[in-house]
Amino acid sequence: MSLFRAETRRLAKRRFIRLFALGTLLVLAAIVTGMFLSHHQPSPALLARAQVEADQGYEIALRQAARETANCRAAQGTAAARDYPPCDQIYQPARADFRAGWNLPPAFDFRAEFGFLVTTLAALLAVMAYVIGATCVGAEWSSGGMMNLLLWRPRRLEVLGTKLAALLAGLAAFTVVVSALWTALFALTAQLRGTLAGMTAGAWQSVVLMELRGLVLVLVAGAIGFGLASLGRHTATALGAAIGAIIVLQFGLANVLSMAKAPYVEAYLAPVWVQAWLDKSAVATDWESCDYSSTQGCAATTITLTWPMAGGVLAVVTLLVVGAAMWTMCSRDIT
Amino acid sequence: MSAVLEIQGLRKTYRSRRGVRRALDGFDMAVEAGQVHGFLGPNGSGKTTTLRTLLGLIKADGGRMSLLGRAVPQALPEVAGQVGAIVESPQFFGNFSARDTLSLLADAGGVPQSRVAEVLELVGLRDRAGERVKTYSLGLKQRLAVGSALLKNPRLLILDEPANGLDPGGIREMRTLMRTLAGSGMTVLLSSHILGEIQLICDSVTIISAGRRVAAGTVADVLARHATSAVRVRVESVADLTSSAGALREIGARVSVEPDHLVVGGIAQPGAITRTLAARGIYVSELAPVAVDLESVFLELTGTTPVEGEHRQVDQSTATPAVHGGWGQ
Repeated sequence: MSLFRAETRRLAKRRFIRLFALGTLLVLAAIVTGMFLSHHQPSPALLARAQVEADQGYEIALRQAARETANCRAAQGTAAARDYPPCDQIYQPARADFRAGWNLPPAFDFRAEFGFLVTTLAALLAVMAYVIGATCVGAEWSSGGMMNLLLWRPRRLEVLGTKLAALLAGLAAFTVVVSALWTALFALTAQLRGTLAGMTAGAWQSVVLMELRGLVLVLVAGAIGFGLASLGRHTATALGAAIGAIIVLQFGLANVLSMAKAPYVEAYLAPVWVQAWLDKSAVATDWESCDYSSTQGCAATTITLTWPMAGGVLAVVTLLVVGAAMWTMCSRDIT
Repeated sequence: MSAVLEIQGLRKTYRSRRGVRRALDGFDMAVEAGQVHGFLGPNGSGKTTTLRTLLGLIKADGGRMSLLGRAVPQALPEVAGQVGAIVESPQFFGNFSARDTLSLLADAGGVPQSRVAEVLELVGLRDRAGERVKTYSLGLKQRLAVGSALLKNPRLLILDEPANGLDPGGIREMRTLMRTLAGSGMTVLLSSHILGEIQLICDSVTIISAGRRVAAGTVADVLARHATSAVRVRVESVADLTSSAGALREIGARVSVEPDHLVVGGIAQPGAITRTLAARGIYVSELAPVAVDLESVFLELTGTTPVEGEHRQVDQSTATPAVHGGWGQ
């Protein structure tokens, strides 16, 4: 327990970790502020102003239509007549075409929009968790701190396992608190500048479950960053692996598979699996296929990636990386 | 006295694409309780590999080791609480203060936090304990490293180059600290290149070269084993050195001519030198035994004496036949 306490203290004291977490919070705060400022509750004053704008638009359109009709009639019998359609077919605006609602700033619809915001939060926190996971053990290796610690606690698996446990506990606590704040702030935004309509008990349960899947994604990202940095005994290993994975395994692979006209290209890309995990499903399409029907014509065939499938992939990748890190921790000399 | 540290037949081989290098080749060592024991060897001779292997950081290919009477690495988790160690250069998180660094180690090792202040006082860092380690000089980091090793109040203290980066005052303080610790019953294993310090501080030494032990015992014993009967001879006139050398060789002496004196060996009675030279009308102005020190013994045993015009390469040291013993012998 004393080792766990020491590791959580060490994690909280690291300046880089503090700054990175603070930076993430600032980005999240900017999103909340931006969403708050860009949405408005339709107040009587705003409605009145929108109505005035709609009326003005209608009047302008009426004047333009009248002018155009007059010009059209004047041009009849001259060469300019071919520039006009038959004069009685010139568009005549109707009041119904100019609705006040179109001139209102958008209102925040919690039920419709919050799912995307949970995905945004999970993605940002996962990136943060990956970097913090990598630096938490990578800096220990490169600074000699790991060796110092092993002189005190010559149990390698226990030391690495405790560091990972402290990291995951810290990330879980951070994610839970931030998710709760995120939900509360957007619920407040909806209350003040939109609507919470449709948020039944089932809808709230769905939000909580999605946030729980987001929490798992954050922990997986932290564990993979930790594992890769531990394998290479340097933070740069994990960061290099991430860049390599993005460039080679995502952009590169996507291009190669597209050129090869491979079916279901999306199924090879990590973001689609992340989407499947968070949104409960994602669809991959074989754009070269043709599923013909007499009513619909040719339709591309699709496969649906479900959240249990995505969870399985995340679990396998995490176990492989962390398992390899533990194995090398036990078997390699510490020089 | 009982041995608190014993090593017998320790072997470690590094394999790479460039080939195989034997870092330790049947190395033996024994350190008795309550002693300050010097561990000497040229660069790349296997000192740090020995310490890392002993502390469980490197896996040995063969041999036996024990710390405080328990076989390691098997029993290392049980004895680690009684062994304080620093290996190679001290490395710490630059943004942590010395107090934070020791406090975290104390937490990790289950040591009371009150011990942190005691150790900071002991190594002279009390007034700078709150500053970030990255602002420390090498000497201050070295003090912190020693402090981290002392935090557990260990029975055995293993220090790799603890005087590295210390100023003369710091070296003297470190020497005093070592003696004080040994006086309180702590056993200290000290790896160092500062042979004068080792000779002053240590009760016993082990010298390693090319991964094998080439000398071991008390400092006095090691010096005595390598003492010579050579004497330094100065005569009144430097111009007489050549003829003096010739005269002494005639009576069977081994003579080497130095710029302003002769070094004469192979003479049972130094009086024969004065008699022989006086008979040639040459008068001796100085006749003194050539003293041997740890440095000369080290250089001789490890084959690392500098040779004019040659550039010795790392690993180019003598693989002298190992001195056997250890493990209680």
